[in-house]
Amino acid sequence: MVAFNPRTVARRVLIAAVFNTVLALAISAIKGDSFATTLLYSQFIGFYIWAGIDGGRYLLSPTGWPGVRPMAVLVVVAVFAGYALGLASGNLLTGRPLLSSTNNLPGATVGFLLMSLALGAFGAYYFTSREMLAKARLEQEEAQRQASEARLRLLESQLEPHMLFNTLANLRALIATDPPRAIDMLDRLNGFLRATLAASRSDAHGGRHTLRDEFARLDDYLALMGVRMGPRLRVCLDLPEVLAPLPVPALLLQPLVENAIRHGLEPSARGGELNVSAQREGDTLCLSVSDNGVGSEPPAREGFGLTQVRERLQALHGPAARLEWHSEPGQGTRARLVLPLPT
Amino acid sequence: MKATALIAEDEPLLAQALQAELARAWPGLRILATVGDGAAAVKQALALRPEVLFFDIRMPALSGLDAAATLADEWPAEQPLPALVFVTAHDEFAVQAFEAQALDYVLKPVQPERLQRTVARVQAALRAHAASVAPDWAGLRALLAGAPSATPRLRHLMASAGNSVQRVSIDEVLVFEAADKYVRVLTQGREFLIRTPLKELLPQLDPEGFWQIHRGTVVRVDAIDRVTRDEAGKWRLTVRGLDEAFAVSRLYADRFRAM
Repeated sequence: MVAFNPRTVARRVLIAAVFNTVLALAISAIKGDSFATTLLYSQFIGFYIWAGIDGGRYLLSPTGWPGVRPMAVLVVVAVFAGYALGLASGNLLTGRPLLSSTNNLPGATVGFLLMSLALGAFGAYYFTSREMLAKARLEQEEAQRQASEARLRLLESQLEPHMLFNTLANLRALIATDPPRAIDMLDRLNGFLRATLAASRSDAHGGRHTLRDEFARLDDYLALMGVRMGPRLRVCLDLPEVLAPLPVPALLLQPLVENAIRHGLEPSARGGELNVSAQREGDTLCLSVSDNGVGSEPPAREGFGLTQVRERLQALHGPAARLEWHSEPGQGTRARLVLPLPT
Repeated sequence: MKATALIAEDEPLLAQALQAELARAWPGLRILATVGDGAAAVKQALALRPEVLFFDIRMPALSGLDAAATLADEWPAEQPLPALVFVTAHDEFAVQAFEAQALDYVLKPVQPERLQRTVARVQAALRAHAASVAPDWAGLRALLAGAPSATPRLRHLMASAGNSVQRVSIDEVLVFEAADKYVRVLTQGREFLIRTPLKELLPQLDPEGFWQIHRGTVVRVDAIDRVTRDEAGKWRLTVRGLDEAFAVSRLYADRFRAM
């Protein structure tokens, strides 16, 4: 329970009332006392003890279990205080002397006290552990929800409707005018969609995804964009053969390439050049995506694409990897990933 | 029906496809030019004066909406504004806005039946020709103004003045005027520059207190003195307390009909 919840409290009041009534029934049956009087005392004592334990626990630790020792002290104090207060309240209503006990025998009083102690401790443990279980379950559900939301957002950013529908519109135009090119475009779209969906399902290493695969997927995407943008888009992919078998996270470069198109080249009337290259520098692997499009001032807040690339690098390599980003209005943008070479 | 048109679409294949569909749907329509960005669209439209414009929304240099707004300001006064049709790929927000403002649009990929309906509407509009501001252009004005937002009203401006920052109360401002990267803020006898674009300022201003009269000009309503039509048919507005006159765009001119 994160905060005070009236429904939970109401349910416990009800449970306590039922419990007190059952206890009163049992006691009056065993001892032969009047049920009405026993019920009155039982309710008073029971409620005071419950209020003491549950209220005390809430004050000590509003979000859960305060620990065994504080709880033990709390239960003992609450039981003694609740017992005394309950007796006094009962006496007040029935007109007996305030501090007199219903039990003439001291032994019986002690017995009642011990029973209350045991029941109080059990109740406190039972309810608190149930509550903590529910809380843990809630937290787990929340974490799961956040994870699927992040996946969905990634998928949404990669399957941007504007890109998809424009591609389909181009495809429709090509079917009538240039069927072989339409088929090629459809194959590229197929490859791009397959890779995007696969990457959204497993965001981890992606198993055996190599730089060669990564560049092939980029080539698909850029071919689609090439049909759309025509001569405004010039592409140069540079992957040295020795680096091609190296493993990389699937579609790691995709957001950077999309950014270069969307923010760099698409807004430029004369278009420009996009360069994607892989290089070995010492014991690091450098991947760079650069364009000579419109460029920009450093953004006030990093966009979803850059943040996502940064987070994936951080998760996989920690401080050993980094993302550098530089942009100049009118000049273009360059993003560079530096990661440790896999050994 | 014979007419002339301009297509502005940055994707060459889609421009060709639209032209081909139009040739079927409206054989009498002559495409004067096809351009690939917003700035070229404005330039060619002013040079060629087509009767119908097909504008893509997302274009380099200048969006279709901004290109249309620029055209409305610069279109010769003696000639009726061309019919305006937007072309857009899936763009939920834009489509909703178009529906709300009764602006004509076609979705990409262009469906022949849908294009046929648009063509019929445009032909009817061209035949009518009467209204000085066609309904689609009035819709464009509303679209550009943006939905009335819940952003809190601006009460002060912080304008840089040399090495200091000057606080200017909104109540003192007579005119906001866009100028390059800045917005000029004119008060009685003084002038300031702020960096916040007019587009961002507008939703924060009281729509009753300030009127937009041009793509780049917003004036205090209470300070408006008179609106005069010059020899070329352009409307110019003068503000009490300022010597300058400000151009009134055709998009906003109907605010100044005499009662």
